[in-house]
This record gives sequence, structure tokens and C-alpha cells, in this order.
Amino acid sequence: MVRKCQTRQSLAASCGAWFSAAAFTLAFAVVGPTAHAQEKPAPDKAVQGKEFTTGSSDVIITEINRQIREAWKDNEVTPSAVADDNEWLRRVYLDIVGHVPSLEEVEAFSADKDKAKRTKVIDKLLDDPAYVRNWTTIWTNLCIGQQTPRRVSRAGMQKFFREAFSRNRPWKDIVSELVTAEGHYEENGAVNFLLAQMQDQDDGVQMTAKTTRLFMGMQVQCTQCHNHPFNDWKQDQFWQFNSFFRQTGKVDHRKFDAKTGRMVDDYSEIVERNFSGPVYFEKRNGLMQVAYPIYLGAEVDPGDSTDRRKELAKHMITGEKPMIAMAMINRTWAHFFGYGFTRPIDDLGPHNPATHPVLLDFMATEFVKSGYDCKQLMRWIANSEAYNLTSRGTKKNERDNPAAGETALFTHVYVKPMTAEQLYDSLIVATNAHKSGRSGWEQSEKQRQEWLQQFVRTFGTDDGEESNSFDGTIPQALMMMNGQLVSDAVSVKAGSHLGDVLAGKGNEIVKINRLYMSALGRQPTKQEQAAAQGYLKRSREPLSVYQDLFWALLNSNEFIFNH
Amino acid sequence: MSLPTPSGMSRRHFMRHMAASAATIPALDFIAHMQANAAELKKRNKACILMWMSGGPPSIDIWDLKPGSKNGGEFQPISTKGDLQISEHMPKTAQVMDNLSVRAMSTLREADHGRGRYYMHTAYVPNPTVVHPAFGSVVSYELGTKRKELEIPAFVSIGGGGSSPGFMGMSHAPFLVDNSGNIRNASMGDLGPDRLNQRLSMLGVVEDNFINSQRGESGQAHKDIYQKAVNLMTSKQMAAFKVADEKKEILDMYSPAPAAPGAMGGMGGGNQFGRSLLMARRLVEAGVPFVEVDFGGWDLHANVFQTLKTQRLPALDAGIAGLTADLKQRGMLDDVVLVWMGEFARTPRINQDVGRDHWAASWSVMVGGGGLKGGVAVGETDKDGTSVASDKAYQPGDIWATVAHALGIPLDTVHTSKRGRPMKIANGGTAIKELIG
Repeated sequence: MVRKCQTRQSLAASCGAWFSAAAFTLAFAVVGPTAHAQEKPAPDKAVQGKEFTTGSSDVIITEINRQIREAWKDNEVTPSAVADDNEWLRRVYLDIVGHVPSLEEVEAFSADKDKAKRTKVIDKLLDDPAYVRNWTTIWTNLCIGQQTPRRVSRAGMQKFFREAFSRNRPWKDIVSELVTAEGHYEENGAVNFLLAQMQDQDDGVQMTAKTTRLFMGMQVQCTQCHNHPFNDWKQDQFWQFNSFFRQTGKVDHRKFDAKTGRMVDDYSEIVERNFSGPVYFEKRNGLMQVAYPIYLGAEVDPGDSTDRRKELAKHMITGEKPMIAMAMINRTWAHFFGYGFTRPIDDLGPHNPATHPVLLDFMATEFVKSGYDCKQLMRWIANSEAYNLTSRGTKKNERDNPAAGETALFTHVYVKPMTAEQLYDSLIVATNAHKSGRSGWEQSEKQRQEWLQQFVRTFGTDDGEESNSFDGTIPQALMMMNGQLVSDAVSVKAGSHLGDVLAGKGNEIVKINRLYMSALGRQPTKQEQAAAQGYLKRSREPLSVYQDLFWALLNSNEFIFNH
Repeated sequence: MSLPTPSGMSRRHFMRHMAASAATIPALDFIAHMQANAAELKKRNKACILMWMSGGPPSIDIWDLKPGSKNGGEFQPISTKGDLQISEHMPKTAQVMDNLSVRAMSTLREADHGRGRYYMHTAYVPNPTVVHPAFGSVVSYELGTKRKELEIPAFVSIGGGGSSPGFMGMSHAPFLVDNSGNIRNASMGDLGPDRLNQRLSMLGVVEDNFINSQRGESGQAHKDIYQKAVNLMTSKQMAAFKVADEKKEILDMYSPAPAAPGAMGGMGGGNQFGRSLLMARRLVEAGVPFVEVDFGGWDLHANVFQTLKTQRLPALDAGIAGLTADLKQRGMLDDVVLVWMGEFARTPRINQDVGRDHWAASWSVMVGGGGLKGGVAVGETDKDGTSVASDKAYQPGDIWATVAHALGIPLDTVHTSKRGRPMKIANGGTAIKELIG
């Protein structure tokens, strides 16, 4: 949130506050959980209690659990209880496949008596086509934004990720291909990542900033103009990275349109352009400087026979624990937990120490050993004890409140807003809205896209990032309350979920239960059940009561948050 | 059985409470109290209306004519009630020019639509490390949050594409409406108030359970935004968007030609701008501190004079003159600052298509009302209009600083970006001394 300085506070004083915030972070690192981690490797039995398991026996998960527990102990906090099946199932569906479970899936999971049913569901979801769709959406949005920039093919970018996630390609191959891509934007969809960073003729500044930040978790964008005030990145380092991108060219093809008799946009492509030698940049004092292609100290031949992006990719994916592994661990962890090991998640480095540095290193090393296996990484996280806890906090862990700026200790699961895509797809699952009043895949996909666009807003973070979550605007609330999708959902048209439930077997108690299960993935509480029956008793139009109840459930905070 | 009534969600419920508590004060006292409050509210309703000329208006053909120069074009200057001359195609505005001033400025480098738009809205040059808030979001943050009685958003943008609230956050984003005044999804269709209440009370049951489940603050934040949305849906202040309720005489003030009998006061397709300005006045009257009105069609690379004479200027002239006179007759002109600008202006040189291209090196913006000095020209361009001849080239930060001054926002206000970077209001610009007196 915006913090407003005292009106009469001088600029210099504010700068001071800025620096002392950084100093605080550094001081924290000294006394943080890690300092103890090496001295006392054995977890305390009393804190550890009974070993938690989802049914998976992977030793890496055991080690993750051990390290998280150690930080609990060091910080004197006690974890919340394990989430009940309903709470956990809704969360794991949203995180892995991007929508809530259907009524049938909730019921089947409740009925399953297998002790290993959680780990079974995780495996099932990772093999679900919706997994591919969800992660294609996530990475397409990260790479090109929610609003497709000019001369970029969203379909091409999606095709690339669809193929990558359905084959579970190693993450290092994916990154390498995105960084080195050349060619037609539909034939080689990978080029769209760089095309999206080529909106301005900016000598590759945006490509440099985005590539280092998104894939390496390094924020060098400030160093375009000056040495970073509180990390080790220097201005020449920005331009050293930048020089790797200077052979990247773009051709925007045009074609003749016979209908209008005019030239219109055709495809775009990335081509190699001739570039050798140094790049030039201006210091703050006005002096011109040169920078050569150097990757974190490793020099690359600046001559014209070097394919610089290939060299860059080679360096990026080499080593036991390269930055791309660290960045991917941190981002994926944050996807599941709402918070990563650093804040922001894409700013790693000695200036911004991780909350669980040993765990981050451990997971990154194992991720590399696994062959950069993204599904394996998600399996580790989703099977971990911390991920299986309830999102309800307790008195004994109220200090673990990252929303208030505290270090995330993962003693309970944090509430996350749904993304627009999660919300839409969840509404569809919960209501069958696509079956009532909608026809055909093409039309429903068009409606989906139109609906999603209402959520796309530039968010004003320091990277010009966009947000597409339900982030609390009035138009979004109005859309949920009065928009077409929810209206259709409560319309009781033939084929609608509400219609099916009301026409189905059972008395009013059963019907109320089923509506709660569909929308919230849980049974109503006694008080909620009684309240709903009370409305039915008093009303002359029981149908309107069911409609309004379903409306209320779909509009509730409990529905719209992932918790 | 009896059920707990969820608190706060229903406006009708709220109104009932109001009525009940008012009854405990003697009625006359209560009314006197209300009237005193109303006067106090009016006084506090400082506001800014930004007239945004999307595409880049040729200020050389509107505010700063160059008769006798090769760049002068087809139009002649006329005298005004102020101490400056303007275009002959702005005759109505000439009659209110004692309230409005024109300032020469040079924004030098930003002659690209997107970058110019950003620079003029925020006073900052685009920068990859931070998104600055449009000044409307700054005003929403500074003034809107203090107006507890305001039920509609504090930054409304009419007919435009919107701008970013930047690090001010989504609650200060412009609320976008088209100039029909229809707000998307603001109506529940043919469901009556009883159904709305039933829905809201059921919603309250679920929401309160979640809020009380030790899951942090976001549950409450969700309830708060729904409350705001319901307030908006049921607010009497929503009437401010309904321009059609305005009397014909008032509609005519904003229109290039009086309406034909039976027509909507000349508010057809021909005068969207006047209609938007009238909505802006109604919003400001309701307490909205910042309204942006978009008037496009200025990217005149060809055929500039014909287009200005027949389309743009008649609407612009009537709109500005009507708004100024209307605010004045309501006693609001001293509290409402008017700003007219685009992302840049157009080349003094006339191109081979009788058009003018992008130009940011020397141009003019118009500022008026708000208790600022009217009828003066501050700074000047040279005889061909190609450079600013005065010793100081003003920047957008100086305009927004002047606006901040008029709105009573201290100029040493500093905001902080999400990263903790301090940002001076209006990029540290200075209020123009010729205008603040």
C-alpha cells in the first residue's frame, strides 16, 4: 500500500528511511532462522510432534518439512492444525489446475478412505489437461502480459507453453529456448517472449530487465541509470547483460489485403542482426562508458562470430544451483503459499536475504538434480506439511503475519486472491454456466476472453506489472453482483447446476448442503443451514431463496479467495 | 426463528437507522444542523475538471495565434474579456476569458502519444522502474479519502481510456464511465429492493463467518468493497451521472446550437463534449474532487483548418464557455479548477496535407477557475510559434503544482512508491506566481 510521508518531511529524510529499511533487512539476516539452522540440526521432538504425511514417502519432502519446522521452533511459533479434506482439496485444485473442484469431486474425495488420498489427488491433478492449461496461462501472462502487446502472438506463446508443460520439459530447456528464440511468431511461439519486450526501440533495455528479473530473480532495471543504492548490482552490469541482447532484431511483415486493397499487418519474427564490440552507456556524471558481454563475471568473446544470446543461455543454465533454479523455486513456492522466501519474489541476492536460505538452496539443488522437473517441484511443495495446514491462524502463530510485513513462517496457509482466470473457470465449474444460455466452444471462449479483460488493469508496481486478480475495485464487485455470468448461474435455466440441484433428489436440507458444497467445497455450518431454512420458511417464493442463496455464496469472500 | 440481521450492508437499513436517531434530536435543531453542514460541505468541495484533448490539439490555432507568420494558418485572433486574444472560432469562450488563463509551455521531448499522455498526466517522464499516478489519482488520495460523505468514486474519467493510479493503488484508479452516464452492471435489472436485501443479508452470513475465521484482513476488505458497490448502486449521488435530468436551458449553455424542440438539448452525437462537461459539473457538485473529460479527434495530420472550423472548435468553444458560465452562476467557479491540455500540441509548420504534426517544444495549455487569476497569458512563444520566448519553459509539474495549490494540497507533500522511493507531488513543480497572485 501507499505509505505517505509526513507532508513536511524533507526528501533527504525520506531517503534516510529508505536506507534504514534496507539496513533492517540485513540485520535481520544475522539473527534469523538460518543462523541457528547449522548449529542445531536435530529437530526438537516436542515441537515436531507426530510426523505429517500426505502418503508420499519422498525424502525430499521430509527434509522440506524438517527445515520449515526448524524455523517454527527458532521463532517460537506453533503451526495451525492440518486442514480438513474439504479445505485442502479446494486449495490444491485452485493451485494446480486453476479452478475449484466440482461437487462430484468433493464428494468422491470425502468418501475415499485411502490414507494416501492426498498424494493420489496431487498426482492425478498434475496429469490433468487442466494442469497444462493453468500453467500455460500463468507463464503466458508472465511473459507477454495479460494484454497482448502489438506485434505479439498470444496464440503462439500459448502453443509454446502448452507443448512445454504437457511434455513436462525441463525448465532449463524452456528458459534457454525463450532466450535464444528466432523466427516466425506462430511457427516458433517462443519468440513472443522477446517480441513482447521489443515494443519500444530501446536498445534492448526492456529485454534485459525482464529476462534477468523473470528468469533469474535479479532486479537490475534500476541500474540502467545508476549503481543500485543497496545491492551489489552496478550500472555496468546492466549494460553487460544488455550487450547479450544487441544482436536481436525484429521484422514486422506486412501483406496485401485483396479485400480492402490495402497493406495490412502480417506476422512478425525475430532475426539475428550484426552486432559486435561494446555497448555504450552514460554515467550519471555524463561520462560515456563501454560494456562488453560479461555474464556475472564470465567474459564472452565480443567478436562478430559469437551468437551472444546462445552464450547467455548457456551460462544461465549451467551450474549446480544457477539463478534460474533459485528463481523458479521461489516463484513456484510463492504460487502455492502466497509468499516466497524473499519479498518481492523476483529480487534475489545478498542485499535481500531469503527467510529460509538453506531450504531455498536445498530445493534449488534438488530441482537441478531432478533435471529441472517442474511437476516434481510441485509434488514436493503440495505434499509438504506446511501446504497441508489450515489457513486459520491461532494465537500461537499470530506473529506469522506476512500481510503485515512480518517474515512468512508458513505456520498456516495464507489467503490469496483468485486470479481472473481462476475465478472465471471456478464459476463455470461451480455453476455449469457454460451449459445454460451458452453454445459452442468458440463462443464460450470468446465470452471468457471478454470477461477476463474486465479484470486486466495495470497495477502500478515498480515494473509496470499488471494485476488480474480480484483486487477490490467497485466495477469488479458490480460485475460479480450484477453481471451476466452470475445472473446466468442463478437463472435456473435447463442444464444449469442450480436447476439440476433443485430438480434432484432430497429435501431442502440436502439441497442447501449441495449448494454450499458446489460453491465453497464444504457443508454449511449449523447456523448457516438454519439461516437458509429460515429464509425458506418465511418466503412465499422458495425458488428465489435458493437463487439468492447461491448468488450470496458465489459473491462471498470465501468463494473469491483461495485459502 | 429469529435471525441476526447482518449489519451495514443495506442502504435502506442504514436510512432507517438515520431516521430513528434523528428523531431523538428536536426537529428544528436537526434541520439547522443539516443546513450548516451543507454550507460547510459546499465550501470544502474543491475540485478539478481536466479537459483532456486526446490526440494533441493545435494550441497555435486556438490560444496562441500567429497572424502574419508563415505558420499562422487560416484563423484570425479576436479580443476577449481577458487580457489576451484567442481564435476567432472561440467566440463564446472569448466572453468568459476573464476567468481563464493560458500558459505557454515546452515539454520538449515527449512527442509520442503514449509517452506524452503519461508525462502530462503524471508530471513524470516514463520510467521502467516505477509507474507514477495520474494527478487525478493523487487528488483522489489527498482529497477523496477525506470526503466521508462521498459515495461515488473520487476520480471519475468520462469517455476516456483511463490512466494508471500507479503506486497509489487500485482504490484511486479512475472510475470509467461513458458520457451516456450508464454504469456497467450498476443495476440489478428487474429484481426489486427486497431481493437485494435478501441477497445481501444472506451474503452477510457467509462473509461474517469467513471474516471471523482467523484468516487475516482480506475477508473484511472484500466486505468493504461490496459495501461501497452497494452504496454506489443505491446512492442518491448516482443521479449526478444522469445528464438527461438537466434543464434544457442548462443543456443549451454547453451546446454549439440550441436544441430543436423535443430533441435532447443539442446533446445528440454532435456534442458529446458538452454532455461530458455537464456531467463533470454535476459530479463536482456531488463532491467528486477530480473529473477527467476526454475529447478526442485532435491528431490532425491533414486538413486541420477545415476540421477545426466545422467540427472541433464549435464544440470546444461551447463546452468551455458553457461550463465556465454555469460554474460561475452556481458560485462554484472559485472552487473548481479547470485545466485544458493534451499529450502535446502540433507543429507550427503546416505540412503538405494542410495538417500539423506532433510538437512538444512550444505550446499552450489553458487553466482557469479555482480562485486562480484569470484573463492573462503567462509566458509567450516567439513570432512563428516555434520556441518559448519567455525565460522559463513550464513543465506539466508546474501546472499540477498550480492545481494542487488551488485545491489546498501543500506543495511539499511527498508520496512514497511501493519500493519506498520518495516522490514529490507534481514532480516538485512550482505553482505559477502570475496565476496564484
